[in-house]
Amino acid sequence: MNFLARHRIVLPIVSLAVLLAATFWMQPRAMSYFGVNLLFNLAVPIALATIAQMLIIMVNDIDLSTGAFVSLAACVTATLLNDAPLFGALVLAGLVLAYAVLGAVIHALALPAIVVTLGMSFVWGGLALVLLPSPGGASPGWIRTLMTVKPPLVPMAVVAAILIAAVTHLLVIRSGIGTMLRGVGGNARAVARSGGSVMRLKALAYGLAGLFNVLAGMALVGLTTSADANIALRYTLLSIAGVILGGGEFTGGKVSPTGAVIGALTLTLAASFLSFLRLSPDWQIGAQGAILILVLTARLLFTRRSGPA
Amino acid sequence: MTTSAADKAAPLVALTDARMQFGAVRALDGVSLEIRAGECLGLVGHNGAGKSTLVNVVNAGLTPTGGSVSFPASGAPSARGAGVRSVFQELSLCPNLTVAENLKIAHEGLKGLRWRGAARAEIRESLDRVFPGHGIDADAEVDTLSIAQRQMVEIAIGFAPRGQAAQLVILDEPTSSLDGGIAQQLLTHVRRFCEAGGAVIFISHMLGEIFEVASRVIVMKDGKVVADRPAGEFTRKGLVDAMGHVAPEGTGAAAAERRIGVEVVRTPEGLTAREGEIVGLSGLAGHGQAEALARLYLDTASAWRRPGAARMVFVAGDRGRDGVLPLWSILRNVSVSILPEIARRGLLDRTREAAVAKDWKRRIGIRTDDVANPILSLSGGNQQKVLFARALASAAPVVVMDDPMRGVDVGTKQDVYAMIRAEAAKGRTFLWYSTETEEVRQCDRVFVFRDGAISAELTGADITEERILEASFEMQDAG
Repeated sequence: MNFLARHRIVLPIVSLAVLLAATFWMQPRAMSYFGVNLLFNLAVPIALATIAQMLIIMVNDIDLSTGAFVSLAACVTATLLNDAPLFGALVLAGLVLAYAVLGAVIHALALPAIVVTLGMSFVWGGLALVLLPSPGGASPGWIRTLMTVKPPLVPMAVVAAILIAAVTHLLVIRSGIGTMLRGVGGNARAVARSGGSVMRLKALAYGLAGLFNVLAGMALVGLTTSADANIALRYTLLSIAGVILGGGEFTGGKVSPTGAVIGALTLTLAASFLSFLRLSPDWQIGAQGAILILVLTARLLFTRRSGPA
Repeated sequence: MTTSAADKAAPLVALTDARMQFGAVRALDGVSLEIRAGECLGLVGHNGAGKSTLVNVVNAGLTPTGGSVSFPASGAPSARGAGVRSVFQELSLCPNLTVAENLKIAHEGLKGLRWRGAARAEIRESLDRVFPGHGIDADAEVDTLSIAQRQMVEIAIGFAPRGQAAQLVILDEPTSSLDGGIAQQLLTHVRRFCEAGGAVIFISHMLGEIFEVASRVIVMKDGKVVADRPAGEFTRKGLVDAMGHVAPEGTGAAAAERRIGVEVVRTPEGLTAREGEIVGLSGLAGHGQAEALARLYLDTASAWRRPGAARMVFVAGDRGRDGVLPLWSILRNVSVSILPEIARRGLLDRTREAAVAKDWKRRIGIRTDDVANPILSLSGGNQQKVLFARALASAAPVVVMDDPMRGVDVGTKQDVYAMIRAEAAKGRTFLWYSTETEEVRQCDRVFVFRDGAISAELTGADITEERILEASFEMQDAG
């Protein structure tokens, strides 16, 4: 095991630092309180959705409904939560519960998560359209205030990213229940044999993922001030890419919350960086993909060279 | 010294006429057994004798279909409450977690903010006690450890207090990946643990280890306990005899009328096969037979460019994983091995394909009215026949079979034996891994595997259950 394989967090940090340095070099004016906030504030909802995806990947599943679900959460926030806060909050809580139930059902019936979540993405998308057939709604004032707060010295986006990373690190890596959850991903049979309820743990992982997705939707509305049924569709792939970019693995319960947040920041920054390059928008998606492949190749080269014994 | 006291004490675990049925298979056929504090029970038996099932019934991994399991000494309703722990043969740690975190998975009682420190201290203490000088870091992730170290961690977790002292620890082949010195440490600890009033069920194919630690030995065969005596009353020879079949059976396959030709297969580990020969691979399950065959087959078949016709074909035992193409018809499942031969200018000749499939349906007796039916409409045994047909339909001179009779009924087996003998007479070579002695008897020559290497080569009249068992079990002293 070499240094990079042991410390998976190094490569995501290096990727972000290199990209950040290149961005500042291209556009020195971005190197300010205001500039950094602009670069990263859209990363906050993406980071939350990435954490949600990470919680699902942690138990060896994958969530293809992230985008549709975050859009739905955003629509609920911009309409119900704004008009009738109590009812809106209840609906959002219901959505979290629905995710937990989904996790239990996927485990109990041994269904492939990829199929169930893909199917559910149409349900979430349909509900969002029913709620908000055309773009609109408004952000509840307190969320708007929260997302535009200007803390001293460090911009909100950076504070939020650090906060998300710290909280989820405590939850997933340090806490006892987080360890059980990672154990489900590593060897579900071992957990079941020692008396843990894998179904309950999976429901918990999905429920937490639902919670973080709802938070992502709320944060997104706070930034954009209105919602639309398709507002977050690209979050599905962004969140999966963010988890992997941050040093997570698709199977085996190997995830890093800090890495996932850094991955989300890197992906957001890659989009800005390409704009600074004055790259035609036609090429941007492809170029973003190229950056992703580059980073993943680097990781493969560095970590797999000394494969497991 | 504790025996007299132990006799009077209530048993830790009592099985009364426990039965376990899996479909038509009787894995456990009325076992009554009591284990008392201070005992170290050695458990031996051939593959499929019911050892694992017995263990799983004791630790409540399986609920017996008949009879009962109780824990009189503790009065606890469950194996967990009675302090029964198991260390399994296949590793059951979470590789993505650290050593201390794995203890937490097994120990629900670790809660609160300081659980990590407590887990670290507990696993360190347990490792130190069982394997002094182990050199394992409690904060190391399990997938960075060697296989031996993982096994040590697993054993240490088994013996760790975890909130309630272990009463009965079940060790299933615990030394299979430990070297001599470490294994000796474990044996010493087992003896100490039993002297202090604990009980151990010790399963091993190293008879030397059994004699070293066990105070009582149980021999299982065909789901029954066939011998249950203090260890001192057994000799090594007696133990092997008790495991094997009592009645001698007929000799192996009639190789006489077959002409055995030149050597066509030779592997670095010493596996050889000649033209027209049926070569068996035997020994206890999981001792490297399947791997040896897979290596042999993949080395010849998975090259980038396949030079000409295939030299070997493979018959899978794990149908679902390696054999059946579940969405295809019977016809297509048979013909997949011969597609290049029956193609004309890259296009499939459907008439010839159908003719081949029909021919094999008749010859091997696949029970279906139409070979166009989906393969999954067949029973397991008939699916296996399709896989045989697939292999035999090809022109390959060597047929590699990885325990191909799993879940196949007796009638089909006889059909297939006859088919194999007929094909061998035509000059084909068969390499046949089997865990069943009856099948191994069909072979002309048998290689017995132990710990990934060939431990014996038997031919003709030497192919007896007794000789195979002797070679499967370590006869020297441990360490």
